[in-house]
Amino acid sequence: MRVTRVLSAALLALGLATGPAAADSSPSPSASDDAAAPTEAGTSFRTATEIEQGQRATASGSTGDYLYWSFPADAAQRPTVRATVKLPESHAAETWQIDVYDGLRRRQACQYGAQTRTAAQGTATVELACTLRTVRAWSEPWANDPLPGTYYIRLTVVNVPTSDLGLTVGAEVRVGSEDIGGSAAVDGSLAEPLVPGIAVKSASDDDGSDSATAVLSSIEPDDGWASGWWSDRWLWTAMGGVLAALAGIGGYALTRGPGRPSRVPPGA
Amino acid sequence: MITRQRLAAGVCALLAALTAGIAFPAPAAAGEPKGEPAPQVDLVLDVSGSMRARDIDGGSRMAAAKQAFNEVLDATPEEVELGIRTLGANYPGDDQKTGCKDTAQLYPVGPLDRTEAKTAVATLSPTGWTPIGPALLKAADDFKGSDGSKRIVLISDGEDTCAPLDPCEVAREIAAKGIGLTIDTLGLVPNAKMRKQLSCIAEATGGTYTSVEHTDELTDRVNQLVDRAADPVVTPVATEGATNCTNAPALKSGLYTDREEFGQQRWYRVDVEPGQEVRASVSVAADRAVNPDHGVLLRAVTVQGREIVRGEAAGNGRTDVVSTGLRYPKAESDDDSAPAETVCLQVTNSFSAAAGVKTTPGMPLELTVDVVDSPSAASDVASFGLGRGWWLLGALILTGFLAGVLWGWLSRWRVAVWRTN
Repeated sequence: MRVTRVLSAALLALGLATGPAAADSSPSPSASDDAAAPTEAGTSFRTATEIEQGQRATASGSTGDYLYWSFPADAAQRPTVRATVKLPESHAAETWQIDVYDGLRRRQACQYGAQTRTAAQGTATVELACTLRTVRAWSEPWANDPLPGTYYIRLTVVNVPTSDLGLTVGAEVRVGSEDIGGSAAVDGSLAEPLVPGIAVKSASDDDGSDSATAVLSSIEPDDGWASGWWSDRWLWTAMGGVLAALAGIGGYALTRGPGRPSRVPPGA
Repeated sequence: MITRQRLAAGVCALLAALTAGIAFPAPAAAGEPKGEPAPQVDLVLDVSGSMRARDIDGGSRMAAAKQAFNEVLDATPEEVELGIRTLGANYPGDDQKTGCKDTAQLYPVGPLDRTEAKTAVATLSPTGWTPIGPALLKAADDFKGSDGSKRIVLISDGEDTCAPLDPCEVAREIAAKGIGLTIDTLGLVPNAKMRKQLSCIAEATGGTYTSVEHTDELTDRVNQLVDRAADPVVTPVATEGATNCTNAPALKSGLYTDREEFGQQRWYRVDVEPGQEVRASVSVAADRAVNPDHGVLLRAVTVQGREIVRGEAAGNGRTDVVSTGLRYPKAESDDDSAPAETVCLQVTNSFSAAAGVKTTPGMPLELTVDVVDSPSAASDVASFGLGRGWWLLGALILTGFLAGVLWGWLSRWRVAVWRTN
């Protein structure tokens, strides 16, 4: 009986030790392919250049241009957009800004990061950053929560003297994301990610017509959109069940105790 | 001991099974767009007298433009139909009326013969006035019979000399007439007034303005613009929203454009079957000088006038567009023959402009509509109602332990009772 107790306690301890390790091992995207990184940017939502997370996209433009990129973000990711603007050699003070919009072209708030920054006269570069809220798999239609789908980045100068209009600038953007994992998992999912034009695209796919036309957004993460059923909550819950069973056995074993010595006659 | 080993093995197997569950579906390949109508580009070059000035890399502005054109013509992608128009190339006189009609098509928009186009460019010599407005009007007529994207690239070294026709207004009118027409402007060695005018022309059509001081800058930029034209984009469908829902045009999934004046309402209708979700996004572009505070409101309303959901956006400061969107999933119906619901989409804007800014034509409005299948609503906030975290584990362990203790006592008591009897 003592052996049982010791073993139960050991298993319990083992369970507690391996529990979080197993539970926290969720896959994280680490796509990094600079070779094929885009060197152009779009100038509207319609023409936004599609980039992948982890890519370092560059573009040249003019001061005053509105530069657009789009990237995919999936459930349980918290994307961070970083942009670097290389300013011309001589310029007056300018204010630069990045805005992030979701697939419905709704502006998404930045949790933190310098979204707007003023470059003093003659500064060589401006660094901007924006960390979005965690992307949820589902939310109420009345909410503005970030949902899986296309996200648009708009980079522009918001305050510029006329003398600087049209000067050539270089821009570099990259999007990384932290995997928040099961703590952000919610029930429910979207039937289709918030990718603009997806209804038109799937309709032409269904027709089986080969004459593929330009689409508003053909964006998709490297490993496809998450199906939404998996989260590390399954591991935690299963682990809890196992540990509870072990604790049950342990508790039961405790009450058995060494028991009454068998040679003592009943009723003595 | 055998029981214990089995238990341990069971735990291991369970864990392994759960871990193996972390598998993700393979990605599906996205189709390459092809079979698009040819994109068209019209290069409009200023050949006015001022192009003689020798201030670009030690050479004349004209020489710089010619060199740039030669390189651009070499680099133009096959699918792009390119044309060249000049302004101020032929009339050297002083009469403004005649000078302001001086614009000619040097090379028609169509499949490109590089040698021919280059020869035509070589003949140019700086001559006359700078009739930007009339040249843009004519350039817009150069595009014929194509649904592809159309782009005018205007290269000038001076502001328009043909007042009172404001080239900025002209650009806006042209953009309002055609679909998918963009004007990009390049200013050679620009001054403040010219920068303002050229960027005004660009902003009126959603184009870009660039200042050029060197030949290679000019080449790079024009090449970039021609390449941009070659990128396949979705051509929006023109529609005209009504002033109320009853007369509104019925839209299906797709991309639409319209025009909306200051303070105007636009209504559209979308049919949504039960179990479908409508997604709509709208952008209203500020194509003229507007006051810095602005907003756009998109509402989904039932035919009876009840608001279902709204998207709103407001902004402050310099912007190209203000955009917002909404989605509305219609719940599944038990009745298979349940009719589709008509959802009215109302777009309003709170742009305003200083007195003197023309209010017509309206600002460009872009509307995306997607009707997709929708899943049923979630029943629980947590994923499948599952738990997670140390508190959960603690609670489960405690419950399990207490259950074990209770079970143990119960069986001891039962044994004791049995033995006493």
